[in-house]
Amino acid sequence: MSEAPAVGETPRYYVPHTSVWPIVGSVALFIMAYGLVTMIHQTTDKVAAEGTHGVWIFYIGLGIVAFMLFGWFGTVIRESVTGMNSGLMDRSYRMGMQWFIVSEVMFFAAFFGALFYARVISVPWLAGAGSNLETHTFLWPDFADVWPLFMTPGGTETEAMEAWGLPFINTVILVTSSVTVTFAHWALKKSQRIALGVWLAITVLLGAFFLLLQVVEYAEAYEELGLTLGSGIYGSTFFMLTGFHGAHVTMGTVMLAVMLFRVFSGHFTPENHFAFEATSWYWHFVDVVWLFLFTFVYWF
Amino acid sequence: MIAHADTIPKQRHPLIAFLLRWLLTTNHKEIGTLYLCLAFLLFFIGGAMAMVVRLELFQPGLQFTQPDFYNQMVTLHGLIMVFGAVMPAFVGLANWLVPLMIGAPDMALPRLNNFSFWILPFAFILLLSSMFMEGGAPNFGWTFYAPLSTTYGPPSTDYFILGVHLMGVSSVLGAINVMVTILNMRAPGMTLFRMPLFVWTWLITAFLLIMAMPVLAGAVTMMLTDRHFGTSFFEASGGGDPVLFQHVFWFFGHPEVYIMILPGFGIASQIIPTFARKKLFGYHSMVIATIAIALLSFIVWGHHMFAAGMPLAAELFFMYATMLIAVPTGVKVFNWVATMWRGSMTFETPMLFAVGFVIMFTIGGFSGLMLALVPADFQYHDTFFVVAHFHYVLYPGAIFGTMAAVYYWLPKWSGRMYDERLGKIHFWTATIAVNLTFFPMHFSGLAGMPRRIVDYSIAFADFNMLSSIGAGLLGLTQILFLYIVVKALTSGEKVTDAQVWEGAEGLEWTLPSPAPLHSFETPPVIEPDDAHAAADRA
Ligand code: HEM
Ligand SMILES: [Cu+2]
Repeated sequence: MSEAPAVGETPRYYVPHTSVWPIVGSVALFIMAYGLVTMIHQTTDKVAAEGTHGVWIFYIGLGIVAFMLFGWFGTVIRESVTGMNSGLMDRSYRMGMQWFIVSEVMFFAAFFGALFYARVISVPWLAGAGSNLETHTFLWPDFADVWPLFMTPGGTETEAMEAWGLPFINTVILVTSSVTVTFAHWALKKSQRIALGVWLAITVLLGAFFLLLQVVEYAEAYEELGLTLGSGIYGSTFFMLTGFHGAHVTMGTVMLAVMLFRVFSGHFTPENHFAFEATSWYWHFVDVVWLFLFTFVYWF
Repeated sequence: MIAHADTIPKQRHPLIAFLLRWLLTTNHKEIGTLYLCLAFLLFFIGGAMAMVVRLELFQPGLQFTQPDFYNQMVTLHGLIMVFGAVMPAFVGLANWLVPLMIGAPDMALPRLNNFSFWILPFAFILLLSSMFMEGGAPNFGWTFYAPLSTTYGPPSTDYFILGVHLMGVSSVLGAINVMVTILNMRAPGMTLFRMPLFVWTWLITAFLLIMAMPVLAGAVTMMLTDRHFGTSFFEASGGGDPVLFQHVFWFFGHPEVYIMILPGFGIASQIIPTFARKKLFGYHSMVIATIAIALLSFIVWGHHMFAAGMPLAAELFFMYATMLIAVPTGVKVFNWVATMWRGSMTFETPMLFAVGFVIMFTIGGFSGLMLALVPADFQYHDTFFVVAHFHYVLYPGAIFGTMAAVYYWLPKWSGRMYDERLGKIHFWTATIAVNLTFFPMHFSGLAGMPRRIVDYSIAFADFNMLSSIGAGLLGLTQILFLYIVVKALTSGEKVTDAQVWEGAEGLEWTLPSPAPLHSFETPPVIEPDDAHAAADRA
């Protein structure tokens, strides 16, 4: 990448106007953060604050964020459609999205790190491995090192989530959706608008279906297996990883739906479709994370 | 040509026009200024908290604060200095300088740039408001170890957590912007190995930020769920482990300390050649050393946890890996010294700060090496020796680096010169004060004085009195610095030359002083020898 940009590209670089969207976004994030804490304090028992307005503040913040994204991306789309973007700018957007995905990978890495730490270190140690016999003998002599952790040192019990039921179906769904979004991309590049719309719509449906099954799975975990956020490190890592993954699938599905809508409105050309590509990268990323999840959370 | 329409009509009320200009700007120089101003403001707030701490430690016994309030001050001081002063100051410098140095018209993603900045004031409102809440501000140290921050954290901890989330969003977006700017916006002919070292160090800092900040976000998220949603990541009775918190935190934390020093390395590497009137010695080795430091910084986090309990093999691994970092660090120090060797040196204020940086940073590096020895660290851990170590790398490192940069580039930014005599006074008082404050901490630490405790044995009284006197003086030098900058901006001698410093190289010195609002409207053409690096001559 040591090649400098080619001569003649930089002069057409377009520096956007002053923009109101970023400050709207900052205020909205602040409102959301404040609302979230207030809501947590009002609904959980560690800090029993009075009232119920927290959740509304949070939703207001969220609403403004959505409004901001709408406005911000709307501006960018307008710039793109009117041809103000140069090749240089397109590359900036691409690189920006790629590094954003790298940062997301590291976010998941933190939770995978916690999972591996629990499985390889803390659970065996609590059961006396290494030089930890005393912890085991004097604190929790009944505790056994198994994974999934059916019983915590403190005695909370749970059942494990079976990998080859819903989770496996979800794997198939997500992998298929990665394929269909690629078909959509190929169709876009060949200007086959109908195929593009169809494949993209299928992808959106698969994403939504995945989320539906995830809800079913969570209900089963809570009601039948006794697997909850509170059932020790197995439940903690299970819900943290699948939960944040689910949040990302939700984001991805919304993004895909927006792309579908834009396809219907005649956006994107075979040469110029950064938003579509970025969305599909994001979708593949979410898919790959799921494969790791399936392997290490459900399967082994 | 740059298509830029001023959307703000001229006939607005001046105050509103002023607000709109700064709230809505997408210009890298204006955003850089905003970052620097915010950093300076928070530097004063964090500094005031340090004054409270040193006032309390002036004598043994409880004088001015209650233990809990003391803990809050120590915690907020650390958090504000790390996330509010040093990091935003460096991002501000990157905003101002990177486009100038690579011949770009602006940052790659100007709107995102504005977003990254304006998240920060709100994040710090969240954090600082915790002081006025029931139960007080966070009181568990800037490293917020579980279970102090989970089971025992005050209610305001949740505001702190969300504040950290916002800071993380801001840093990651800012880092992505710097990264993309450097990779994509270089003028024709500005190959990677012709980039000035400040740009190189920021490229690598941006990489560290993108890799490390999300992990911090993960850590505080697990804290939040442990606190309120019944998870047991850091709770042994649920199969988790409080030490897991330390692993996650320091996986972020050690790269973070390099985030706080690499741009400083870059600044020293720009300034020293100018005033030694020689090319930087070993440009390529500087770049490679920086990359090596950055990569190694991901595998040494355990040196913060030697005393927390790790298997022997892990202790040894982290010890050797940490000591390995001293090699590229040594390469850098060697190169700076070799650059000065037989140069025709003059000591204007930026150079003084840069040389002070090299010398005192090296002292901090040496105490780091002592701490890296596992058996020695068992003794030194959580004593004032650690405090001495990291203040030696951070104050003369990050803070002197930033100040050197301000003195060096202020004439270019503002078109006005600072007062050289006052600048020199600033440097010498600051240097005396830094050493008076932090050098005695080595001794009190080696003698066993624990850090983060409000009271101490009378055996440490003399050392602490010296430190407190030094700290007071250091506080005063900040006011002097503020005065120097304001004086320069309002009545400083006008600089007319583009080339402010006779020996300075780099594209920023080809622009008029003050630099025009839009840097390079047409891309400059970089001849191999114009570029800072002597790369092509080799
Ligand atoms: C030669 C390079 C360095 C080595 C070998 C080194 C080594 C260490 C070690 C072993 C510790 C842990 C001490 C303990 O808690 O017992 C430590 C702490 C620390 N170091 Fe360094 N260090 C180096 C450079 C730096 C630099 C460049 C910075 C920042 C600019 C830095 C900032 C810190 C901070 C902030 C802490 C304390 C964190 C805390 O516990 O609050 N160090 N260092
Ligand atoms: Cu470290």
